[in-house]
Amino acid sequence: MKQQYVFGLAAFLAIVGLSLFVYKWQVLDFPLGRNQETSVWTIESSISFDSGPGSIKVNLLIPTLTPGFRMLNENSVSRGYGFSLNYGSGGREAQWTIRRADGPQTIYYRTSVYQDDGTSQSDTTPPFPPPPVINEPFKTAVDVIVADVKEQSADTASFTAELLRRMNNPSPDPNVELLSSNAATRAEFVDSMTTILASARIPARVVHGFDLQGRQRNAEPIAWLEVHDGDRWRYFNPMTGEENLPERFLIWWRGNEPLISVEGGSNVQVSFAVQENHLDAVTIAETQVAQRGANAIDFSLYSLPIQTQAVYSVLLMIPVGALIMVILRNMIGIDSFGTFMPVLIALAFRETKLFWGVILFSVLVALGLSIRFLLERLRLLLVPRLSAVLIVVVILMLIISMISHRLGMETGLSVALFPMVIIAMTIERMSVVWEERGAADAMRAGLGSLIVAVAAYVFMGLPWLEHLIFTFPELLLVVLSLVVLAGRYTGYRLLELNRFKALAER
Amino acid sequence: MFARAEQLRRAGVLGLNERNADFIMRLNPRRLYPRVDDKVLTKELALDAGMAVPELYGIISNQGEARDFGRIVAEHDSFVVKPAQGSGGDGILVVTGRSQRKRNSFRLSSGVIISENEIAHHISNIVSGQYSLSGNPDKALIEYCVRFDPVFAEVSYQGVPDIRVIVYRGYPAMAMVRLPTRASDGKANLHQGAVGAGVDMNLGETLTGVLDNEIVDEHPDTGALVSGLRIPEWDFILQSAARGYDVTELGYLGVDMVIDRELGPLILEMNARPGLNIQIANRTGLATRIARIDDIYSADASPNDRARVARREFAAERQTSIPFDD
Repeated sequence: MKQQYVFGLAAFLAIVGLSLFVYKWQVLDFPLGRNQETSVWTIESSISFDSGPGSIKVNLLIPTLTPGFRMLNENSVSRGYGFSLNYGSGGREAQWTIRRADGPQTIYYRTSVYQDDGTSQSDTTPPFPPPPVINEPFKTAVDVIVADVKEQSADTASFTAELLRRMNNPSPDPNVELLSSNAATRAEFVDSMTTILASARIPARVVHGFDLQGRQRNAEPIAWLEVHDGDRWRYFNPMTGEENLPERFLIWWRGNEPLISVEGGSNVQVSFAVQENHLDAVTIAETQVAQRGANAIDFSLYSLPIQTQAVYSVLLMIPVGALIMVILRNMIGIDSFGTFMPVLIALAFRETKLFWGVILFSVLVALGLSIRFLLERLRLLLVPRLSAVLIVVVILMLIISMISHRLGMETGLSVALFPMVIIAMTIERMSVVWEERGAADAMRAGLGSLIVAVAAYVFMGLPWLEHLIFTFPELLLVVLSLVVLAGRYTGYRLLELNRFKALAER
Repeated sequence: MFARAEQLRRAGVLGLNERNADFIMRLNPRRLYPRVDDKVLTKELALDAGMAVPELYGIISNQGEARDFGRIVAEHDSFVVKPAQGSGGDGILVVTGRSQRKRNSFRLSSGVIISENEIAHHISNIVSGQYSLSGNPDKALIEYCVRFDPVFAEVSYQGVPDIRVIVYRGYPAMAMVRLPTRASDGKANLHQGAVGAGVDMNLGETLTGVLDNEIVDEHPDTGALVSGLRIPEWDFILQSAARGYDVTELGYLGVDMVIDRELGPLILEMNARPGLNIQIANRTGLATRIARIDDIYSADASPNDRARVARREFAAERQTSIPFDD
């Protein structure tokens, strides 16, 4: 009956802890490993123009839907301008406005994005475009080409590919030549492709974007062709007809509207700079969670001030130490002084490092113990005696620090990090055991404490475990469930197998 | 490793985890602990039930009274000082006589001469809680020092040998005799180095002994055989142990008794967390006997009935003559 409650509770805790963990890991993309970094690209567009006499209004098209990328943040730097984000016919628009401005003006819009294959395009299916109105002689050329290409293609994709192949043929036929002669830039060329595709009643549009690679001081937007096949948008290289998109292609804006429009200014220039940074994956996951508004179930500790984070990264390992303690004591059967003394000693080892920690601890306890035996002769009452031991421990720590400093061994200074009250209690308990049960028992329990402390130190110091617990504090519920289960472990302790071996031989 | 665990399980050996989780936690509710942890209370309960206990000379319950102990023991040459809430025999001082030369010096069971001041210091340590389980202020008991029956004289090195009976739900389940050694400093606790000898529950006769988890035949200091000793008044001992349950209501109980030369068996103390070495001393697992008691348990059985059942059920197989070579 009770056993079932225990198992039920343990299972409940483990399930809650693990499902939160899996949710954060899989859905919110918190990294499992330590120091996982993600590339973050910052794209900065600077708009410069000469201000006119009147009010100024600047409109810049900015990224709306960016397949393969997720936006981390965006901001604008513009002194004195009002700033707003709107949805226009060509997607999102940043708008800056000012009543009056003097001289040359520069406005910055900056956005940071990182790759995320999960961002698929959630665009709506466009209607079939109306047949475009084209003047002769272009209309005839378009009709001929459309008819020809249709003949040699099966579906939208193959139609587009075939069309592009023809248009880029180094020895074009006259119709193609006629149509290409009109397009001076790549963007215009792609735009004319959308017109031809519209005549074939295929929805298509120009996309302008950047191929994000390292650091580019003056990045030029590249035009690409986007065609809807009835199901989804497909991307075609307008120069080769291949269906693809560069590996890291950030779509900035779509359609043939101008990127920038400035009312009340002249001599407008837009330039783009791209920079790659590496950012901790946790930070990105955090930002993403905040954007999604999913923080109702977010226990993240990364939002705490840095100093508090440092404290918690240590504190959160104490349950791990406690679990080790439970295993060593209840399953292995190692004796130690005090329930949590070894865990606290293990915490001190974090600062002193293991080798020096063990040496300092042993020296401190040995010295304290010998002084404790001297105190025994004074026949002090309990509380004054404990206080005397505590003071002796503090003095010993001071002396050890001074001597090691003189000898140039700075590690000795870290002795100050040992929990002095705990050490004083250990010395007291050890001396009582020593007197009552003999040196062997005292040494055995002392050694046991040290073994448990070292084991706890080793586990509490595992960097991946520390990261895991800090990033996913809900795993503490799993630790709790393990401890609860261990609380009902009624099997033999490992050392009991040896203790009772005389009985097993029968 | 698992094979060993399986062997132990088949031998019915009780482990610490199982003892704690399945018996102590289930059968010994914490509110009953004071009945055994506070020796003053234990003594009162036992006396009320008409059980034999060593006579109490006095109780010292605060520091100021520590020096009064001289007056308390004025008429006694031998006595025992113990903490009311001590554990594992810690803090017990056995005074066997006064120094010939100085009237205010005492001889301990170990032969060491100790001054009145030193005893007063020890008492104030007890009162300040040094030996108490909780670390809280405690009381010091000064009581009759048992003059032990010569039956164990050959197999004891100083100190008082005692008899530990494990009582499960009122039924004596297993018993051992604990024999002090030089290493145990006259104390009868196995973890301090005393020898434990299993007892045939039917005859009240000692079986082989155990020292530090190893089976021994002879007492390490006297060299006498520990097996084959007939414990006097065995029936009375089993009945007293069984009544320990009625007094304390603890379902998993250790009753410690001593045999006085004149007064016969006396209850020294009772224990809510008796150790498991008794299994080694008896070369028998407790779990088997506990299971048997669960089978034959009867709520109406009187202490004497339960003692009789224990004698009938738990007779040892004769094993003293079986040679073994470890």
